[in-house]
Amino acid sequence: MAAQYDALSELLKSGTRLDFGQDLFYKFYQAFLLKDRWLQYIEGVGTTLLVTAIALCLGILLGSIVALVRVAHDQQRPGRRNPVLGFFNAICQVYTTVIRGTPMMVQLLIMSMVIFNNSRNFTMVGALALGINSGAYVSEIIRGGLMAVDPGQMEAGRSLGLNYMTTMVVIIIPQAIRAVLPALGNEFIMLLKDTSLITVIGGKELLYAAQGIMNRTYEAMFPLFGVALIYLILVMIFTWLLGKFERRLAQSDR
Amino acid sequence: MTDKILEVRGLTKTYGGEKLKGDKKATPMLDVLKGIDIDIYRGDVVCLIGPSGCGKSTFLRCLNRLEIPTGGSIKFEGVEVDEAHIDSVRQKMGMVFQHFNLFPHLTVKQNLCLAPELLKLKNKQEASARADELLARVGLSDKAHVFPKSLSGGQQQRIAIARALAMDPDVILFDEPTSALDPEMVGEVLELMKELAHTGITMLVVTHEMGFAREVSNRVIFIDDGRIQEDEPPQELFSNPKHPRLKAFLSKML
Repeated sequence: MAAQYDALSELLKSGTRLDFGQDLFYKFYQAFLLKDRWLQYIEGVGTTLLVTAIALCLGILLGSIVALVRVAHDQQRPGRRNPVLGFFNAICQVYTTVIRGTPMMVQLLIMSMVIFNNSRNFTMVGALALGINSGAYVSEIIRGGLMAVDPGQMEAGRSLGLNYMTTMVVIIIPQAIRAVLPALGNEFIMLLKDTSLITVIGGKELLYAAQGIMNRTYEAMFPLFGVALIYLILVMIFTWLLGKFERRLAQSDR
Repeated sequence: MTDKILEVRGLTKTYGGEKLKGDKKATPMLDVLKGIDIDIYRGDVVCLIGPSGCGKSTFLRCLNRLEIPTGGSIKFEGVEVDEAHIDSVRQKMGMVFQHFNLFPHLTVKQNLCLAPELLKLKNKQEASARADELLARVGLSDKAHVFPKSLSGGQQQRIAIARALAMDPDVILFDEPTSALDPEMVGEVLELMKELAHTGITMLVVTHEMGFAREVSNRVIFIDDGRIQEDEPPQELFSNPKHPRLKAFLSKML
């Protein structure tokens, strides 16, 4: 193949026009094989997965905290509100409002150019920004899951003498997780694709690799199609894995 | 029969009248309980009857503070039932719900062991042994390791009763334990409750099963319009109803 590529570039230099098949091969070779460029894609996939994982963990952590604070606040009985909880609830509400009310791209740029403008580790800054963004959405998903659990479960737990926190942890949350898993899987897939945004702040993930190659070869089609295909395959793999995981969790429903 | 286990004085409960955020007007007020005084003695089997909406379930739920009373006082074994003592009171005051409220993500045996273990009332072996004993008593030893969903309504309610018993309570509150059951399953649950009554445990039962009230209880309380209208032994109350509303109620029920 290398020999064929060399022959084609000789032809091109001498001013001959390549036919359709030759042209495709030439561009394909340039996009993936020349100078072992496929390694850059693999590296990009690695970073993409790492960023997704970091952002997801951060998102679920933040989202769970926000959801628990908000549910605990809303479940207080009228007339006996805890001011400390009220304070944290207000913070959580500001957080979800601001994050959900501004574009992700703007948040990314603010994170990299205003808040962490001295950091050179763009990938991690991007992961942080994505995690904070995801947390706001995850919190609403988890809050919905917690509220969807039959109120009788809380009453049953409390009537056995368990306190609010224990009932939440051992009875409500395990049931909420199962209800929430499909939506959380969806969020995970969105996050995986949204990692491509951190290219704009210089995060070195998959799309960044493709752009680098595009800039060197002046040829967009193969790198972009290649990247699209890789994202698609990744998403399909994770959808399949999530489906398996869900079926396992659903054991007790049968 | 002189050991007073529950002392209720001037208990009132009003729903509504709260001003929610964003609403101009407070929600409409509804006086459900209008001053209830009653003493329950150890070993009493009390049936609460009355037309629907008369406040019998609300009264029962006020006793273990699943509903917060608007006024009056409740003393359980000499301890005021308030927010500070509620968890310790509930450990000694079991509750059986109309809709069973078993924990669907746990097996039957885990349902029974959960609270005694978490509250450190029993260690693992003791809780497990007690659970086996109770399962044998309710006739469901073979169901120890299945999930509640796979059981019939009657079986679920028997497990719910076993779960309440696993805490070794001094009082059990039954909130319409047979109302959500198919007619053919009512018998097995009532039979179990009858056996329970003969062991001398104190029971408060909200029920529409007049046969059960007549046979098993030693006191029947007729609640109407938020007040206790009659409190008599069953023979007296059923054969010689004094209150005109009770007469009308019984004529419809029997």
